[in-house]
Amino acid sequence: MKRISLTLLVLGTFVALILTALHKNSSDTPPLTKLKEQYAMRTKPSVDHSLFPELKKKFKRPQDVTAACISCYNGRAEEVMHSSHWQWERTEYVAGKGIRSVGKRNILNNFCIGIQSNEQSCTRCHAGYGYADNRAYFADSLDVDCLACHDNSGTYAKMNEGAGMPDTSVDLSYVAQHVGLPTRTDCGTCHFFGGGGNNVKHGDLEEALFDPTRDVDVHMATDGINMQCVDCHTAKNHQMLGKMYSVSSMNRNRVRCESCHGSMPHKDNVLNDHTFKIACQTCHIPEYAKVNPTKLFWDWSKAGRLKDGKPFELKDSSGTDIYMSIKGSFKWGKDLKPSYVWFNGTATHYLLGDKFDPSKPLDINHLMGSYDDPDSKIYPVKVHIAEQIYDTKNDYLIQPKLYSARKGDGGFWGDFNWQTSAEAGMKAAGLPYSGHYGFTETRMYWPVNHMVAPKEKAVGCNECHTRNDGRLAEVGGFYMPGRDFNPWVERFGFGLMALTLAGVFMHGGARVVAGRKRKRNV
Amino acid sequence: MKTEYIYHRFERFWHWMQAALIIFLGVTGFEIHGSFTFFGYEQAVEYHDIAAWGFIILIAFAIFWHVTKGEWRQYLPTWRNLKAQADYYVFGMFRNAPHPTKKTVISKLNPLQKLVYAGLKVLIIPTMVFTGLVYMFYRYPQRNEVLSLNISGLQTVAMLHTIGAFLLVSFFVAHLYLITTGHTVTSNLRAMITGYEDLPDESITVVNEPVPAISGEAVPETKEVAQ
Repeated sequence: MKRISLTLLVLGTFVALILTALHKNSSDTPPLTKLKEQYAMRTKPSVDHSLFPELKKKFKRPQDVTAACISCYNGRAEEVMHSSHWQWERTEYVAGKGIRSVGKRNILNNFCIGIQSNEQSCTRCHAGYGYADNRAYFADSLDVDCLACHDNSGTYAKMNEGAGMPDTSVDLSYVAQHVGLPTRTDCGTCHFFGGGGNNVKHGDLEEALFDPTRDVDVHMATDGINMQCVDCHTAKNHQMLGKMYSVSSMNRNRVRCESCHGSMPHKDNVLNDHTFKIACQTCHIPEYAKVNPTKLFWDWSKAGRLKDGKPFELKDSSGTDIYMSIKGSFKWGKDLKPSYVWFNGTATHYLLGDKFDPSKPLDINHLMGSYDDPDSKIYPVKVHIAEQIYDTKNDYLIQPKLYSARKGDGGFWGDFNWQTSAEAGMKAAGLPYSGHYGFTETRMYWPVNHMVAPKEKAVGCNECHTRNDGRLAEVGGFYMPGRDFNPWVERFGFGLMALTLAGVFMHGGARVVAGRKRKRNV
Repeated sequence: MKTEYIYHRFERFWHWMQAALIIFLGVTGFEIHGSFTFFGYEQAVEYHDIAAWGFIILIAFAIFWHVTKGEWRQYLPTWRNLKAQADYYVFGMFRNAPHPTKKTVISKLNPLQKLVYAGLKVLIIPTMVFTGLVYMFYRYPQRNEVLSLNISGLQTVAMLHTIGAFLLVSFFVAHLYLITTGHTVTSNLRAMITGYEDLPDESITVVNEPVPAISGEAVPETKEVAQ
């Protein structure tokens, strides 16, 4: 009796403990429901701008709209003039280069390369009017373009090659009467089309995000919580939160998933452990460029071919440009798995005039980080590769003049001559040009932050914890269970198993033989 | 032929529970190691963790039992008869020689078993438990935080855990085979299931050294069975 009850006690405790281990702690449910409540609230604007007589008049110049804005919101224009949307540069510590003023204004990329000498075209996306080539206007607050960001009518547009001026078709009075907080349409008009077309640059920011489904982006989904860009990219005094590592270097002013979701948002602690070394985006953005393709490779060296003396374009079967005389040939990709890198929030950049070794691919921006660095996590990135023009004598990249106002001004898009394009561009950039150019391979790394998938579609364990071609197959510096093994341990282990099995079979066989012999002898 | 009571009830429960857990830990563990896919990685990790806790609890009970009953002395390695036992496996067995050591509830392990099981209990299982716990509770170095267990990487821990696992697999293979080397092919297995083992009468040549000072629990009477 005593023994039975003891056994029952032991078994009972055992079962109870296993059940406790199985039971998941449900008390610390992530505050998702709270977040949904918070972002479902849409505040009504406190005023109706369409009733202001100041805005009902006919505006001759866009600057007059700005004056009308300032008549109520005084001081705001100056805030904008201190923001990166206006400055297009900021003082940053660039690793290996020191304290530099970097931004769109002076940094190179491997898409349309750089804005110097091309301002007339590039500054279509500047938050101001008249950024053509001189910079004197930077002092005038009336040149601040309030409407580009605050248009809620969906009718505002900037002129092509108009140095930031609005298109002539825009009814300024109508737009001025329909202003409010920036919408995805306002931000997307520039940020979805960087690099000269939809989704060219980012891969995770494109026109599909004007009206995405939950599968495309769980935050911005119109059939979901329908968040606007400014819900995460909040602003104080017109200084927006968030930046991109194509133009910035320091670990500051970042938008973080953790600010809303916390650093350990999972119910499962094994998943929470991952957050020490894995960024949220790595698992929760399994694919980018989900709707439209993004550019992966840009070969500028093929640019300039003409048909009957005229530029032409080639498209593939899906209607995507694969060749343009003005830009060269491209490769695109859709439904892409990101590449993955260690990243600690700082980056270094190739800056105009830096010498490099043309025999190797050049990283135009390089994301810093490693496994051993406690600030680093694994992040998803889009890698964009290009063949772009450089000075073969001086061993630095060339800022070419692409935009052409008239034939003969050196702009490649008018003259299709790299020699004059390089001369004009480097003159504007203030650097000597040797007269000899070539093309070299360059790379850019763009962290992927948008197009977060619904949680059911997050990357599964076995997509990384696998021996064959896992997502993190290329990411080194550490031991990952399921992917890594020590070859000597495997050799020892399987050798030992083989020896044991061989021993067992030999011994067993010998016993059988000996037994038979004995039987015969009896 | 007589039937001896060899294995206590708890001992048998412990043995089979341990066998099941180690097999399960082996299957899930080698899946986590990447050797094959069966449950799926996520499930394998979850099951491996649960089984590991079960195993730790079982070990706690087993240690308690061994200490309170003095049974731990069963595993004290001895030189005595070690050679005789080895000779038996290499030569005697093939000549139908009797087992060189007598199995009793007082001394149920032969000298080779003592050695192997002591190694298992003192070296391999503790290594597996310790590296397993590190695996569960490590934290990568984080700034400005109180840390439970800081390691810079899993490399060493994983290597030790894997070596231990391979040793256990080899032990398991040899153990399965050695079940068949009792008085009859099935007598060892029966003993571990029922607690009773058929043993030959007077043919024992060397009596295994009795274990001193075992706390006196009533041992069921030895049943004489007609030959």
